[in-house]
Amino acid sequence: MQMADAAHPISHAAVPHGDAHGHGHHPNLEHHFDSLTQQFDAGKLGMWLFLATEVLLFGGLFCAYAIFRRNHPEVFMYAHQYLDTTWGAINTVVLLVSSFTMAWAVTASQRGQRNLTSLLLALTFLGGVGFMVIKAIEYQHKFHDGLMWGTHYDPSKHGHGHGEGHGAAAHGAAAAAGHAAAGDGRGGAAESHAAGAAASAGAAGDHGASAAHPEATTSVHAPETPGQGASAAAADADVPPERAPLEPSQVALAPSGPAGLHVGGHDLHGPRPDNVHWFFGVYFTMTGLHGLHVLAGMAVIGWLFVRSVRGDFSADYFTPVDLGGLYWHLVDLIWIFLFPLLYLIH
Amino acid sequence: MSHGSHSSGHAGGHGVGHIVPVGLQFGILMLLLVLTYITVAARWIDLGPLNIWIAMLIATIKAAFVVLYFMHLRYDRPFNSIIFIGSLLFVALFVCLALADTVTNKPRMWTGLAPAVAETQKHSDP
Amino acid sequence: MSSLNPAAAGPLVGAPATDNYLTHSRGFWSWAATLDHKRIGVMYLVGIFTMFLVGGLFAVLLRSVLLTPDAAAGGVKTIVDANMYNRFFTLHGAVMVFIVIIPGIPAALGNFVLPLMLGAKDVAFPRLNLCSFYLWLIGTGMALSSLYWGGVDTGWTFYTPYSTKVGSSGAFGGVVPVVAGAFVLGFSSIFTGLNFIVTIHKLRPPGMTWFRMPLFLWGTYATAVIQVLATPVLGITLLLLLAERLLGIGFFDSELGGDPVLFQHFFWFYSHPAVYIMILPAMGVMSELISVFSHKHIFGYKFIAFSSVAIAILGFLVWGHHMFTSGQSELLGVIFSAITFSIAIPSAVKMFNWLTTLYKGSIDFKAPMCYALSFMWIFGIGGLTGLFLGMMGLDQHLHDTYFVVAHFHYVMAGTIFVFFGAIHYWWPKMTGRMYDEGSAVLASILMFIGFNLTFFVQFMMGTRGMPRRYYEYRPEFQMGHVISSIGSYVMLAAVLLLIYTMIRSLRSGRPAPANPWGAGSMEWQCASPPPHDNFKTPPPVVDAYDYESLEWDERVGGYVHRGRRGGPAAAH
Repeated sequence: MQMADAAHPISHAAVPHGDAHGHGHHPNLEHHFDSLTQQFDAGKLGMWLFLATEVLLFGGLFCAYAIFRRNHPEVFMYAHQYLDTTWGAINTVVLLVSSFTMAWAVTASQRGQRNLTSLLLALTFLGGVGFMVIKAIEYQHKFHDGLMWGTHYDPSKHGHGHGEGHGAAAHGAAAAAGHAAAGDGRGGAAESHAAGAAASAGAAGDHGASAAHPEATTSVHAPETPGQGASAAAADADVPPERAPLEPSQVALAPSGPAGLHVGGHDLHGPRPDNVHWFFGVYFTMTGLHGLHVLAGMAVIGWLFVRSVRGDFSADYFTPVDLGGLYWHLVDLIWIFLFPLLYLIH
Repeated sequence: MSHGSHSSGHAGGHGVGHIVPVGLQFGILMLLLVLTYITVAARWIDLGPLNIWIAMLIATIKAAFVVLYFMHLRYDRPFNSIIFIGSLLFVALFVCLALADTVTNKPRMWTGLAPAVAETQKHSDP
Repeated sequence: MSSLNPAAAGPLVGAPATDNYLTHSRGFWSWAATLDHKRIGVMYLVGIFTMFLVGGLFAVLLRSVLLTPDAAAGGVKTIVDANMYNRFFTLHGAVMVFIVIIPGIPAALGNFVLPLMLGAKDVAFPRLNLCSFYLWLIGTGMALSSLYWGGVDTGWTFYTPYSTKVGSSGAFGGVVPVVAGAFVLGFSSIFTGLNFIVTIHKLRPPGMTWFRMPLFLWGTYATAVIQVLATPVLGITLLLLLAERLLGIGFFDSELGGDPVLFQHFFWFYSHPAVYIMILPAMGVMSELISVFSHKHIFGYKFIAFSSVAIAILGFLVWGHHMFTSGQSELLGVIFSAITFSIAIPSAVKMFNWLTTLYKGSIDFKAPMCYALSFMWIFGIGGLTGLFLGMMGLDQHLHDTYFVVAHFHYVMAGTIFVFFGAIHYWWPKMTGRMYDEGSAVLASILMFIGFNLTFFVQFMMGTRGMPRRYYEYRPEFQMGHVISSIGSYVMLAAVLLLIYTMIRSLRSGRPAPANPWGAGSMEWQCASPPPHDNFKTPPPVVDAYDYESLEWDERVGGYVHRGRRGGPAAAH
């Protein structure tokens, strides 16, 4: 390939300036673009890049979901039953329909159909409103029933049967429950290891003194009475196979450790595993972040509606509608995945 | 300067963007609603661990229709598709490796606190 | 008569070209609400350099604290206790990483240079560009406000459970403003990256194919790709951290059955690619500096271009090498270790290409070149010591020691040295003034000496077991610490000399010609400083590294293209 030098440049830029020629400066053409097509393409590319960042933002949450569910499927099996599939399905339909009205709005704006565009944008907005209303209802139920994250999880408010069975009722089958019980079964030594137990020693020693969770309504660890060892036999099954169980005299393990939130008990949905709060932590973070994006999308669509009514858009210039539509569709896309992952666990 | 695509069948103006007919969009909506119904119904059929994969498969199909037609990626520049698919690949990379870590690590984990005595450290190497 | 560059009238003219982007409009709002990428770049440069001084101040403070092994031995430790020391190193890290280096070259210089190199009038989305700047400003303000709320002492990595435990500072504490600030800064970064990708894709002039772009643009492009893909994961990580702290979500809290190592996976998935955000623009600038100041065509253009992309991609696959001692599974440790070794290859490719470019070149020891040559040594050491750390077995011993500290300062200093080099390189273009070479070169030498004094000894200290982030240490390490701290004072002097040089240049520097260095890329075809809208029509696309056609023109005091006497104005 011949090298160019200054005397023989490869190409000569003789680019007509958008505002210097022919059709005159289109009011929507920015000064640094040469044509509406270039501007439109750039806008689209920029929007897709932004959508990619949103995908990665939610991707982190999907990762957390995958990890928690893979390691503790029983939590998800148990807890998801508290979600109302009907509301979830209605919300899915609402978003799909609003996606349709949005796509139609883009087509209408491409055809220069101003009134239709405005109408469809309004309908899409209403779809968002409907979605958020249903979400609010669902959230309200959960708050009321104590179905919340972390230490806010309070099964006593569930309103279902609350068998107050002790740890043994959890059976070895609730393997997660074995976490706390296993510690008990292992050694009778009640001393907690000072170095490792900084966080949990306080809780193990005296429940009320857990400074980090003053509002805990349930104890963080199973009570350390030796009677708890009823499930000790089942607990041995939790010992990793490559280690032979050690004699209690060889090991000075703490009686219990950070195994999570053990509440115990039974209700209509079966024995309650440990750490049910994870499911609600995942649920609220994922649907909460999604809800924030729905609100942001509604703000965008509201703004588009105002501009459409004002007559800003035409067959030549509909880019904002197109780009806003892409954002709304992404919000829909995320829900398409959230719905089965959260509501439709068998 | 710009090698802009010229739309097909766009009446006048600068030829920006292909127009998706409303009829097609409506058809896609119907398809999506049907698939939603199938997803919900499938939940009542017990296929064990396959359930989640089937649900994900149907969700992916729905997503594909939304992306291809509602977001008209089908008629758009290929590079935009590369961006979108690329982002999904990176999410998959993240999920897979992080999952691999916890999956391979979990069986090795003791429950409860670390052993208090130094000799037991010898037993912790698998 | 050449009109675009009044300096063409000769070096007697006392001021830079009139009616340039600086004089185009006046007043506070003409800057605060500007859409001109050049003004935004200048604002970023001032802001980032200021914050570099702030971060550096924390560093000098903490190095002073480390002059004595413990409080009993006196020294600064009598005034600064351990808690305050923890806050110093945390803010030093957070400021330098999130506020200075990650925005660094792309924001402060890329914004200015990118459209000029493309012969374009602006970036693709000027309003988004301004938005990025304000996000940077807001994020910086939020992070600094943490000082009011009690400061942060978690280290810049915010590891859980320490960062999520509420402790004595309450749920809010200093952690929340810093984390929220970092979140906002992340979006500034994302939008900048987005803007650059679209600009490079859509606003290239006719004839400038991908492989005719200057290599700085390849570096910037690869950086932008990482910014767009990795930063959102930081966003979600910080959001989850805030949720954990403020709402008690419980993902990372082992008391609630969560997993602190999960936080590390999340954090490093961004933060490792982030270090490539830091280095790739610097490598891009290196290609420019080495080539221009050797007056020789860059060697292996395509290799360098592809290696930028390779580094960007591989950078996503190695995050676990920060977690070898965290309880990660061995399988993953092996995978990450192996890929970490492979990432050295594209970096080495670049280093060899630059060396080969230097070979038989006509080397000009101007200040930018001094910084570029410093980079070769500094990044060479930094990169090689990364290999030590990439070995799982050796890392068990070296993790969280001063060896790591020395390693990452060497590689990051690679960026900072090139940042300074780039400032000197584009200074005439941005300000229309030349600076005094003598004092600039002296500053660069002082900086080099000071840096190596500070950090080379830390490798030794690390292998001998000096842990990082420690307030007190065993007395046998004191000699190393003292040498290191003296080095930091030398660096401080160097930075002060640099500032002095630049201020003097602004006041009384010689007016700059359009092309003082004889470089071939497009930004040197417009006047110094450039006019408000850059180019009426873009200059012809030529090979950016072809110096045969450039010759020194005494009347102009700079280089012009042969056959186009009278300055670049004639080309239009």
